[in-house]
Amino acid sequence: MATLQLKNIVKQFGDIQVIKGVDLDVNDKEFVVFVGPSGCGKSTLLRIIAGLENATSGDITIDGRRINDIGPAERGLAMVFQSYALYPHMTVEDNMGFSLRLARVPKAERRDKVMAAARVLQLEELLERKPKALSGGQRQRVAIGRAIVRNPSVFLFDEPLSNLDAALRVQMRIELARLHDELNATMIYVTHDQIEAMTMADKIVVLQKGEVEQVGSPMELYHHPRNRFVAGFIGSPTMNFLPVEFQDSTHEGVQVTLPGGKTCRVPVDGTGVSVATSLELGIRPEHLNLQEDGPLSGRIQVIERLGGATSLYVQMDTGMVTVIADGDVAHKVGDVVRFGFEPVRGHLFRDDGLALTSLHQHPLTGIDRQSNRAPVEGSHS
Amino acid sequence: MNKPRTAGRTVGGLRPLALQGPAVTLLFLWMIVPLAMTIWFSLQRYNLLMPGMTGFAGLENYQYLFTDPALWTAMLNTLLLVGWVLVITVVGGTLLAVLFQQEFFGRGIARVLVISPFFVMPTVSALVWKNLMMHPANGVLAWVASLFGAEPVDWFSSLPMTSIVIIVAWQWLPFALLILLTAMQSLDEDQVEAARMDGAGPLSVFFFITLPHLKRAISVVIMIEMIFLLTVFAEIFVTTSGGPGLATTNLAYLIYIRALLDFDVGMASAGGVVAIVLANIVAIFLVRMVAKNLED
Repeated sequence: MATLQLKNIVKQFGDIQVIKGVDLDVNDKEFVVFVGPSGCGKSTLLRIIAGLENATSGDITIDGRRINDIGPAERGLAMVFQSYALYPHMTVEDNMGFSLRLARVPKAERRDKVMAAARVLQLEELLERKPKALSGGQRQRVAIGRAIVRNPSVFLFDEPLSNLDAALRVQMRIELARLHDELNATMIYVTHDQIEAMTMADKIVVLQKGEVEQVGSPMELYHHPRNRFVAGFIGSPTMNFLPVEFQDSTHEGVQVTLPGGKTCRVPVDGTGVSVATSLELGIRPEHLNLQEDGPLSGRIQVIERLGGATSLYVQMDTGMVTVIADGDVAHKVGDVVRFGFEPVRGHLFRDDGLALTSLHQHPLTGIDRQSNRAPVEGSHS
Repeated sequence: MNKPRTAGRTVGGLRPLALQGPAVTLLFLWMIVPLAMTIWFSLQRYNLLMPGMTGFAGLENYQYLFTDPALWTAMLNTLLLVGWVLVITVVGGTLLAVLFQQEFFGRGIARVLVISPFFVMPTVSALVWKNLMMHPANGVLAWVASLFGAEPVDWFSSLPMTSIVIIVAWQWLPFALLILLTAMQSLDEDQVEAARMDGAGPLSVFFFITLPHLKRAISVVIMIEMIFLLTVFAEIFVTTSGGPGLATTNLAYLIYIRALLDFDVGMASAGGVVAIVLANIVAIFLVRMVAKNLED
């Protein structure tokens, strides 16, 4: 239905540049998630796409048509706000049909469209209620319904789940994913929650300080972060970073000395790296394994038992690392443990933050949410 | 709706009654003594010019009052005054509130200036309007009229009620603006943006979003203004003295005429009782309307 391109979008508030030249392609029917820490400009970028803010420079095009100077209503987009922004004095039905009413759509047709959207979202019983009489999840659904009724080419979501409690958030996440399949629409979704990003996105855009750090599928970002920021931002708990010393570089990877003196060959491309380069090893907590003869060691400071897994916060000489271990480990605070990792799980970062390219592409990097599904035969409703 | 309070140590029993007692008693006396005295006087023959005629009059005062055409003129004038001032202040206040909500240079100062008429006491503002603005020879309005070669209007003799309405509205417009402006500030910006995304232009936003949001504040403005406007006195006293004829005599001024010009305390008290009844009828309607508004 719609593709969207951003070309060198810049946004300035006074002297402060909050968006510093963003380029992005959003393909048809794609679920794109903007993710980043607060203040990274992701919401501003969404509002620029929506037309609620003007870009200082750059082009926004939908299906090849430049829409910079077109008002928000004529862009054919619909937005779901973080606060839902329902009209408090209108019933659910009027809320959802407001855009049609403004467009002077006849009452009967309006009702049909609202009913159709209400059916998709299971809101039929609530149509006569006012927003005040709805629960958080229901309000959220009404806000989405209001967007659906407009039949937009692109859906925009501005942190829509952040006001819901954890259980409801999981439920709405699943519902949104279902909706995306059902509506076959292009969606752009802003969140600071990387779990939402990882679970729903076909394509994640990681933003920091108004710049795009990396664009890619969730698995690509997880397995092959382009730089230290993306590596630390994607994944929970965050990746551990250890200072390491460069030894040599061959076609099999880069040999480095770990803290504690042991060596390890990480299969990354070491071209251009020399002894003078200070390197950092990045390794995710879930990829660290407790081993009797592991190359790393430290003293346990805190243990968090979650049942299925246990988080160990281990003090090494060079700093604190997190290890996700089995739920049944018997270690106690104060124990000295040894641990290691498969070299292929390691990442090496240069001092400018960029990652050394991995020699092995992870088999799942190409996968997006669409291709996660096994093909279903004719059961699509 | 009010939920019944759960039984707690602070609810019920004698002690809270004893604690509330003094305040409630004082307020009750504060209300009942003047009220009882007014009702009592209204049933007496009590004219200061005729000290010999005293004693219980029954409903005689009321009979005279209700057959006096001045009462009905005064009531109509009261309603006209209240009605027009309410229309001007609410409509004008709402529009100004929208205007002053916009960002523009010097907005803070402009807001203070526009609210300042409310701080001028009624007698002073009436004098200012009478002598500086509406005076047929020296007034600013007369000067403006002469700029266009028009005949200056003698406001208080040719348009007496209009003049009073203008003066009172000038005083109360800032009040309406103040309340409505605060209400505007609590309007969720997201709602306006959502409406814009839905295709609403400035007018649609005003009618579909802003106005419904202000509904509650507007009813509060109407209620409070009505209470005060029913008793407008100083503006009339200073400018027209209720004239020409009875053209600007409202209920409060009629009572004043009866009590302090005719020295008929009994009749004036009867007028006072009528005013109390009238005010209460209005108040009951208003309170119900506002209460309903506040509920949903």
